[in-house]
Amino acid sequence: MSVEAVTVDAYPEEGAVLPTRQHVTGFGFYVYLLSDGILFAALFAAFAVLHGATDGGPDSHALFSARNAFIETACLLTSSFTCGIAMLACDRRNRFVTLVGFLLTGVLGAMFLTLEVREFSDLIARGAGPDRSAFLSSFFTLVSTHGIHVTCGLLWLTVLLVQFLGRGFTPAITRRFLCFSLFWHVLDIVWIALFTFVYLIGGYL
Amino acid sequence: MFGKLTLQAIPFDQPIIMGTCMVIIIGILAILGLITYKRKWTWLWTEWLTTVDHKRIGIMYTLLAMVMLLRGFSDAIMMRSQQALASGNAHGFLPPEHYDQIFSAHGTIMIFFMAMPFVVGLMNFVVPLQIGARDVAFPVLNSVSFWLTAAGALLINISLGVGEFARTGWLAYPPLSELPFSPGVGVDYYLWSLQISGVGTLLSGVNLVTTILKLRAPGMTLSKMPVFSWTALAANMLIVAAFPVLTATFAMLLLDRYLGMHFFTNDGGGNPMMYINLIWSWGHPEVYILILPAFGIFSEVIATFSRKPLFGYRSMVVATMAITLLAFTTWLHHFFTMGSGADVNGFFGVTTMVIAIPTGVKIFNWLFTMYGGRVRFTSPVLWTIGFMVTFTIGGMTGVLMAVPPADFVLHNSLFLIAHFHNVIIGGVVFGCFAGLTYWFPKAFGFRLHEGLGKAAFWFWFVGFYLAFMPLYVLGFMGMTRRMNHYDDPAWLPYLLVAECGAVCILVGILLQVAQLVWSIRKRDQLSVDARDPWDARTLEWSTTSPPPAYNFALLPKVEGLDAYWEAKQGVNAPMHKNYEPIDIPKNSGLGFFTSFLAVVGGFGMIWHIVWMGVLALFAFLVLLAWWSWDEHDEYELKPSDIARLERASLLTS
Amino acid sequence: MPFQHWRKPALGASVAIACAWLSACSEGVLDPKGPVGAQEKQLLLEALIPMLMVITPIILLTLWFAWWFRASNARAKYRPQWEYSGHLEFSIWMIPLLVILFLGSLAWVGAHQLDPYRPLVSKRKPVTVEVVAMDWRWLFIYPDQGVASVNELAIPVGTPISLHLTSATVMNSFFVPSLGGQIYAMPGMQTTLSLLADEPGSYRGLSAQFSGDGFSDMHFQVLATDDKAFNAWVDHAKAEGVRLDDVAYNQLVAKQATGGVVYYSPVTQELFAHAMESATRRSVTAEVPSPASSSVTLTAAAKEH
Repeated sequence: MSVEAVTVDAYPEEGAVLPTRQHVTGFGFYVYLLSDGILFAALFAAFAVLHGATDGGPDSHALFSARNAFIETACLLTSSFTCGIAMLACDRRNRFVTLVGFLLTGVLGAMFLTLEVREFSDLIARGAGPDRSAFLSSFFTLVSTHGIHVTCGLLWLTVLLVQFLGRGFTPAITRRFLCFSLFWHVLDIVWIALFTFVYLIGGYL
Repeated sequence: MFGKLTLQAIPFDQPIIMGTCMVIIIGILAILGLITYKRKWTWLWTEWLTTVDHKRIGIMYTLLAMVMLLRGFSDAIMMRSQQALASGNAHGFLPPEHYDQIFSAHGTIMIFFMAMPFVVGLMNFVVPLQIGARDVAFPVLNSVSFWLTAAGALLINISLGVGEFARTGWLAYPPLSELPFSPGVGVDYYLWSLQISGVGTLLSGVNLVTTILKLRAPGMTLSKMPVFSWTALAANMLIVAAFPVLTATFAMLLLDRYLGMHFFTNDGGGNPMMYINLIWSWGHPEVYILILPAFGIFSEVIATFSRKPLFGYRSMVVATMAITLLAFTTWLHHFFTMGSGADVNGFFGVTTMVIAIPTGVKIFNWLFTMYGGRVRFTSPVLWTIGFMVTFTIGGMTGVLMAVPPADFVLHNSLFLIAHFHNVIIGGVVFGCFAGLTYWFPKAFGFRLHEGLGKAAFWFWFVGFYLAFMPLYVLGFMGMTRRMNHYDDPAWLPYLLVAECGAVCILVGILLQVAQLVWSIRKRDQLSVDARDPWDARTLEWSTTSPPPAYNFALLPKVEGLDAYWEAKQGVNAPMHKNYEPIDIPKNSGLGFFTSFLAVVGGFGMIWHIVWMGVLALFAFLVLLAWWSWDEHDEYELKPSDIARLERASLLTS
Repeated sequence: MPFQHWRKPALGASVAIACAWLSACSEGVLDPKGPVGAQEKQLLLEALIPMLMVITPIILLTLWFAWWFRASNARAKYRPQWEYSGHLEFSIWMIPLLVILFLGSLAWVGAHQLDPYRPLVSKRKPVTVEVVAMDWRWLFIYPDQGVASVNELAIPVGTPISLHLTSATVMNSFFVPSLGGQIYAMPGMQTTLSLLADEPGSYRGLSAQFSGDGFSDMHFQVLATDDKAFNAWVDHAKAEGVRLDDVAYNQLVAKQATGGVVYYSPVTQELFAHAMESATRRSVTAEVPSPASSSVTLTAAAKEH
């Protein structure tokens, strides 16, 4: 066939029309975060279904301390704020503020985790562990899935900051900072939903 | 130290299993020996195991699917034989505890490790070429996705020789799949292998959604995107939206089994019905994840071989997206008999039927694509026409079961089995085979043997009707699924016919294997024109076969649907070749090593060897951190190199 | 010319299948013995026929278009640009839409009319039967008669039967193909189903939801008889039956077995409530036989049978 020589007309300057790698990665990461949101949605649904299934054990009114959850919320919200500051500094290539911002983010995240672990061990010590009832299974799973995300975020941030200290603003590192900040903000949003539905509505209403 | 694992886990007393295992082990050793003998290890490692090229990953997915088809089909023919033998006082050759594993493994393997890798593999290979991209958005992630799927497939097959597989059916409904009723490791094999491969599928979905939305060639707006890419976009959006639900559901069942939680247990306030709701709110979209790309394949095939544009492109796209949305509104029709009440049942009955509207539109569109065309009866076209006939019947029986009171008498019967095989074989499997034959020359530069392909089609087609039409009748006669034996002699003749159908399909599969072997050996005779053996319409045919690592030396500029066809009709000469440098992703072992760790960790967790699981997780984190250290994951191809490669490929063709 | 070969077997097969459906179903959902099954069959056919009227032309058109527009047919007109027609597009959306409009209303109305929870209209007082699914038998409790039976469901012809179902172990599905209707029996939950037999006879009942190794033998007989014979059956059960209280019930549930008809009388009041409640606090892994021993139980039970 003679058509074999035919090629489709090519675009002269492809660099000008293709999205940057940072843009593509950010978009892809965003799609991943959407799927993560659906994972949480399934766990929220399980919590909603099993909320009353206490099997004669303690219910949410008896267990949750709003004070603790409130401090946790404050930690996480502040860490989101410092994360935002760090990203602004990253855009301006300000090394010091970026570093301090992300360090503060990590410290606040660690504080949050410590509070959560304390809450969990307290509950388990009171005989209200995840194997006590369906309600507690769903509570522990929902909250600790968020906690595991925070833990992964902290590990990620640690590696990232070590790389940043050595190399500064390389394209890969700024790209990963962008993804990390997206991740961290989404965790914040998930936590706000958690705080509202599990601790406030579940604990008080 | 070794958890639940002892030497007794290997069923030495089961001749069928031990024989199969011996054959598999000898086969693997033979392949390894051959690779060593031919000194191909380096080649294998650099060209395949560590490749991040979407085309090669797509090929590996397809290969995995074909191997798993053989495994899943062996299960199928054993089930058919058992039911053909186990009438009246006879109990066949498989005791229930073995038979129950076989039907569970058949369903699990066919859906997760045959149909999914086949569809994902074809999308992986075709989509970047079809949208004029150099690769997927995240090539290394793509390799990780594939290797996770392979890890899951390996784990599920280990269960054949070490321990047992689930005896619960392919969706492992609790409370049967809970510890009190399934104390063995079978359900754990099921859960871990599907968790691992499910993560792979999810990541591949993220990857392809990003690729399609962000990397289309300049000028290819969404309204100029070929239909297969549209259906791939729809399927991958469904993956992104549905697979997290599967992950969450399996995680809950795992927590029940490992940490004594009470999500779906009988005691502790658990709610087994929640599992059934959750799993089907993944499971129904999953059906469309499989069938939508198949619809896309048929659209490409029918347009190409009718030498006409697809009829009603816009209708087709609207119908695809309508199905994508509606996929999430129908899950409850899988359990009308739960007693949810008339309003709920009525609602889900109606939403289920609504999906038949866009699906019907598609059938009409293919029909009118042939109208006024010049239809060439190649084997992809035979699969397509076979699909149009078969799928229509399957669609009808599906709508029938969407009427709740009709479902009350057909639910869980062999009518249901006939229905979903009718749409999955007639739709997904025929589609995959059509796609395989259609794009094979693009991948390898030579065609598959047509005569053997057509013969395989006829055996599959006739075998399908022989195997499944009797099951519709048996469903009406009140035979339920998953029977190990039965005492109604009136069922036997139908089951014997079904057995003949299975044998027919076996011949079809053997012919396909022969076709593959024959075509590879005679590839010189079957080699094709450099680019476009079928006189096709879309961009993937505008590059060489097989395409270079960078797919397109110059990114194509798209001005309409069927961009390549329009270019062929026009008089525009090839542009002067002002190549620009191209960044090509480097090979990466991340996927292979991740897969290795997933197998080790998964195996450890299945057998409650906790240290092994923890060690694998820790090693994975270290691996990830180590991998992230190297920021130079691409190398640059200079314009002079591209020009040299392009000249070489023109010469060889 | 493969297509001529193809059409004939397809048509032949469909005729053969249609005949087989009509003739072969000596027992099954196409030969209902009660009003529930009869209405369900009616609905099934009402949905099937309009769909056949649509899909048969589609299948024929597919084969005809493919054949007529084959590349070698010089008489067929080639229209390489024909890819859109407003009228045609309108029709191909409207045809399925109208069919689904019809079938959708059929489904909605049918779902309400044949709701298993809806009591059957009858002048006669319904007989209540409480059903408990076990590994792998069915227990039928007649609270008003004070008897119970395993694997045998006796019912008076022409009287509505009000079934209340639960499971002592895993999920099962109660199904008598000749009478229609099907509903899950689930641990800790209760479902309801109303059935009625018009004709006396012995019908096959089974579990339609896979429930473990003994599932294939988990069937029972439905004895539909006149009132006199039903009363005789009750008397027989009373005479032969052994006492069924909570303790005896727990022993019955704990044993994994199949087959065999057993009668019980008297039956403790509230046994069904006990069955529902005890399923939700079964002690974990207490009485689980290993795979090997469970198959032994099965074989033993088969021998007994």
